[in-house]
Amino acid sequence: MINLSINNQKISVEPGTTILDAARELNINIPTLCNHPDLCVAGNCRVCVVEQTGARTLIAACAMPVAEGMDIHTNTLKVRNARKHIVELLLSEHRSDCTKCYRNQKCELQSLANEFAFGDTIFLDLVEDHQYVIDRSSPSFIKDDSKCIRCQRCVRTCTELQHISAIAVANKGMHQKISSFHDKPMSHVVCTNCGQCVNRCPTGALVEKTYIDQVWDAIYDPDKHVVVQTAPAVRIALGEDLGYDPGERVTGKMVTALRQLGFDSVLDTDFSADLTIMEEGTELLTRLRKTLVEGDEKAALPMFTSCSPGWIKFIEHKYPEMLDNLSTCKSPQQMFGALAKTYFAQKKKLDPSSIVSVSIMPCTAKKYEADRPEMRSSGYKDIDFVLTTRELAIMVKQAGIDFRNLEPSHYDSIMGESTGAGVIFGATGGVMEAALRTAYEIVTGREVPFKNLNIMPVRGLEGIKEASIKIENCTDDWKFLEGAELKVAIAHGLTNANKLMRMVRDGNSPYHFIEIMACPGGCRGGGGQPIPTNEEVRTKRMVAIYAEDEHMELRKSHDNPDVIAIYEEFLGEPNSQLAHELLHTHYTEREAY
Amino acid sequence: MYQLGNLVKELSEKHGKSRESLMPILQGVVDQHSYLSDEAMVEIANELDISAAEVYGTASFYTFLDTKERGRYVIRVCKTITCAMKGKNEILQTLEDMLKIKVGEMTVDRQFSLLESNCIGWCHKAPAMLINEIPYTELTPEKVVEIIKSYMQKK
Amino acid sequence: MEKRGLNKVDLIFEEIDLKEVLTAAYNMPQAEIIQKVLDSGLKGRGGAGFPTGLKWKYAAAEEDTDKYIVCNADEGEPGTFKDREILDRVAYKVYGGMVLAAKAVGARSGIVYLRGEYKFLLPQLLEELVKFHKLIGEIGYDFSISYRMGSGAYICGEESALFESIEGFRGEPRNKPPYPTKSGVFYRPTSINNVETLVTALMVIKHGPESYSQLGTKDSRGSKVFSISGDTPSPGIFELELGMTVQAFVNEFGDGDTKAVQVGGASGFCVPRKRFEDTIIGFEGVPTGGSMKLFNSSRSMYNVLHNYLDFFAEESCGQCTPCRVGCQQLLKGVQKVKKGEVKSIYLNELVKLADTMKVASKCGLGQSVGNAFKTIVENFREEIIY
Repeated sequence: MINLSINNQKISVEPGTTILDAARELNINIPTLCNHPDLCVAGNCRVCVVEQTGARTLIAACAMPVAEGMDIHTNTLKVRNARKHIVELLLSEHRSDCTKCYRNQKCELQSLANEFAFGDTIFLDLVEDHQYVIDRSSPSFIKDDSKCIRCQRCVRTCTELQHISAIAVANKGMHQKISSFHDKPMSHVVCTNCGQCVNRCPTGALVEKTYIDQVWDAIYDPDKHVVVQTAPAVRIALGEDLGYDPGERVTGKMVTALRQLGFDSVLDTDFSADLTIMEEGTELLTRLRKTLVEGDEKAALPMFTSCSPGWIKFIEHKYPEMLDNLSTCKSPQQMFGALAKTYFAQKKKLDPSSIVSVSIMPCTAKKYEADRPEMRSSGYKDIDFVLTTRELAIMVKQAGIDFRNLEPSHYDSIMGESTGAGVIFGATGGVMEAALRTAYEIVTGREVPFKNLNIMPVRGLEGIKEASIKIENCTDDWKFLEGAELKVAIAHGLTNANKLMRMVRDGNSPYHFIEIMACPGGCRGGGGQPIPTNEEVRTKRMVAIYAEDEHMELRKSHDNPDVIAIYEEFLGEPNSQLAHELLHTHYTEREAY
Repeated sequence: MYQLGNLVKELSEKHGKSRESLMPILQGVVDQHSYLSDEAMVEIANELDISAAEVYGTASFYTFLDTKERGRYVIRVCKTITCAMKGKNEILQTLEDMLKIKVGEMTVDRQFSLLESNCIGWCHKAPAMLINEIPYTELTPEKVVEIIKSYMQKK
Repeated sequence: MEKRGLNKVDLIFEEIDLKEVLTAAYNMPQAEIIQKVLDSGLKGRGGAGFPTGLKWKYAAAEEDTDKYIVCNADEGEPGTFKDREILDRVAYKVYGGMVLAAKAVGARSGIVYLRGEYKFLLPQLLEELVKFHKLIGEIGYDFSISYRMGSGAYICGEESALFESIEGFRGEPRNKPPYPTKSGVFYRPTSINNVETLVTALMVIKHGPESYSQLGTKDSRGSKVFSISGDTPSPGIFELELGMTVQAFVNEFGDGDTKAVQVGGASGFCVPRKRFEDTIIGFEGVPTGGSMKLFNSSRSMYNVLHNYLDFFAEESCGQCTPCRVGCQQLLKGVQKVKKGEVKSIYLNELVKLADTMKVASKCGLGQSVGNAFKTIVENFREEIIY
């Protein structure tokens, strides 16, 4: 153990602990900016400087490991002067149009300014010296360099968590900036629109492209029937932006709030998640049959899940040679969209052109996905607007709803029923678990052999997980699988996905089925989720998701009555011709930069 | 014109494909072509299995690894204090007049680019400039005219 | 105050029999080499002035079979050109210093990081290197040197930025600790030494630490090579004993009208005429990596300051806030003061900013921008304002 003193309080900590963490153990707050618990230490903003007795310079608490006998002071005159200067310097290169900014009151720089830089501005405005162009080319987010303070959290996110490096630090000195490849528009580069950078940006330099006003316009338009769907991971995170602690489930209140906002039909993406399981599970079994029985080499295995639009764009850019391995299933959002303007319109006797389909997603890539040209199989744009969890919270506040005191209510019928299997789509491993619950039962006629249907090996925080299930006593139709061991793997965060993809590419993968989610933790850690999102928060959200699953009466997708009904009344059977037209899609090879 | 051909492949065979090969490969392309085209950076990125933005980010950090088009001969006139004191402006003016371009520009025949540079280490023989890697020192307008003429004849 | 006069020395450029020196060193125990360098009092000649023997001792103490000697030939400080001259004239002694360091710390690989501006020297340096490898092979050393080129980035002279550059990244300084002797290039124990330091260490072994430490003062032992430019009738390279006053220096190199000497380049200190007599050139006064620029009364110190600040605003790596933004603020600030667009009192705020940059920047670049700024503004305030 290392002994040191911080603000004259003695403490012993493990070697390698930073001064920042040691101070936190003593409940001494040292402000930070470039630091983020998900990312490597940068030590570049210098907001966390502290004074070490005897040292010539101040030291960055986030980057300095403790040493025996250190005498640290976090609030000396020298420290305060430096901190104030540093915050003032950042403000001088930041376009401070705070009252109009999307991140107003949710900006870490603003909070620091509030503590250290009130009163007269010291330094000269540097924003005017640069010719900043705001990049609005992505349908998912806006990059405004005039608000960038070069903390490089976004770059570290894109590199460390996502292995994409669609953005990098470019130039040096006064010209240093965060740039795509040669300043190309973000819509033209490898960016997957995952929004993890947006979630980690401390200012308004990277924000989601918001469609709140368009949604309000639709709601207020008497000729429109506005349908809203909510993704599984929204209900376990929305509360964070409305005053709840991470991990609080607010499903029922959220449904009530959506009705009060004026949505005409409040439906559930969990329904189409269950539908996805029927389609994707059937597709997997078909691929297995083709490979194992018919020897068809084109039935590419392993099959990859296709629910995560960030992951889809990643593979399109980085591993286009493996696009055949992707399930052709659309994501639950897009399945829902295609059905809202067909099946749902018929059932409700609505003109599909009058339906405005809105989805609430933990995701920014979903905004991009909804804009893909393939996503018009209803004859209309299947999903009109995608809002993030954060945007929904803003709407709730705008409408003056007293969220905490709302009576919980249920989703509407037809496409509002769900099962626990649909709910766990929101966590890494959830699609796999849901698929196994259904596929195993189709093949064997029995429930998966796990206590309470909880397939624990596919759950948890590990970057890459694997599991296998031995298939025994198959029903007659599936005798070819008798004794087979179904091997599956799961990756979340694109850095982990990339590791798994290399295994597959190099022929080292024993797997039949692979689930990949672009974001760390899966959708619960999505780029559209409340800020901050980090390991601690993601873990709490995970607990909430599995609790939601456990509390559901129905736990298996094929038991969902709305799913059973739609096959009976409309689609026929999984992977039918109509199902293929509405619920499946194709992919496009994209450039590698 | 920019004919990249097999250059990147040849360089990666020579220097290897690990990250530490990036600088020598970038330098090798600039040696041949005076600058890094988008095509070259994408090919380097593919060859080293890193992102193109990373290649651009690294190249753009280094003044000599230009990502803007440059002429066959890149003239860099030192602008740091001693050269500035000893007549750098006159040298620049001479070059601008002779080449009919401003600092930062390239001649229409793509032969010359005119740039300023920070200290190149010839303060005792100021003013100084580099043409590609060759230093020219104790410059006078007359001397500059002669030097540029000799390059023009190299065409 | 211990002072020395202006004494010319011939050590760095002295022709020696390299084989003889290296053969003697080959038979010396590691600890003896380190002790001799420690005894000589030699401090790094790149500017930072860390005791060379101590650096070698730390690197030697690391248990790793894969250690590196890096020769920092990224001489970029405005006004410094001595390393180019050393490499041009006595490259074999630089290589000799590297193998000596390698022997002392137990390294087998050496890298010379040469600034891109000196690329024209590379062919002759590589030719010399072939001869050197043959020579040390004959003696029995297991050591080889390779070259890496810079590409125009001042900050790569900072040791950890230099490592980043060698490894193929942007030259952005790392957080320290760990220091290079523990985790340097390729995150291996590394002794990184300036060109001149390596040659000096070699000469310490040749002549013995006693004779070397007789030169100079207690805090600044020995001699060093100065790069002299500006308003002087005799610009060039001179090897001088440390410990002379600026006055002694000006007496020799001034043009009779010297009003200020910038010691240590853009990151160094401006010494005005009134301080010539009581300022020693050395670690007890104004330290220098060798850059000495003389300004006579015809020069505007505003132009000098502006030139330096422009340099730093461009050459900062841009990573940390105090340096990236601070340099731009200092530059824009003095411009506005000069134009009368802000009150001259604003200079006081800028001086405070320079203090913050000195204590809060991540690396030596940002920490030293304030040196020239403060010493010029404090001594030539009128020239900045009017």
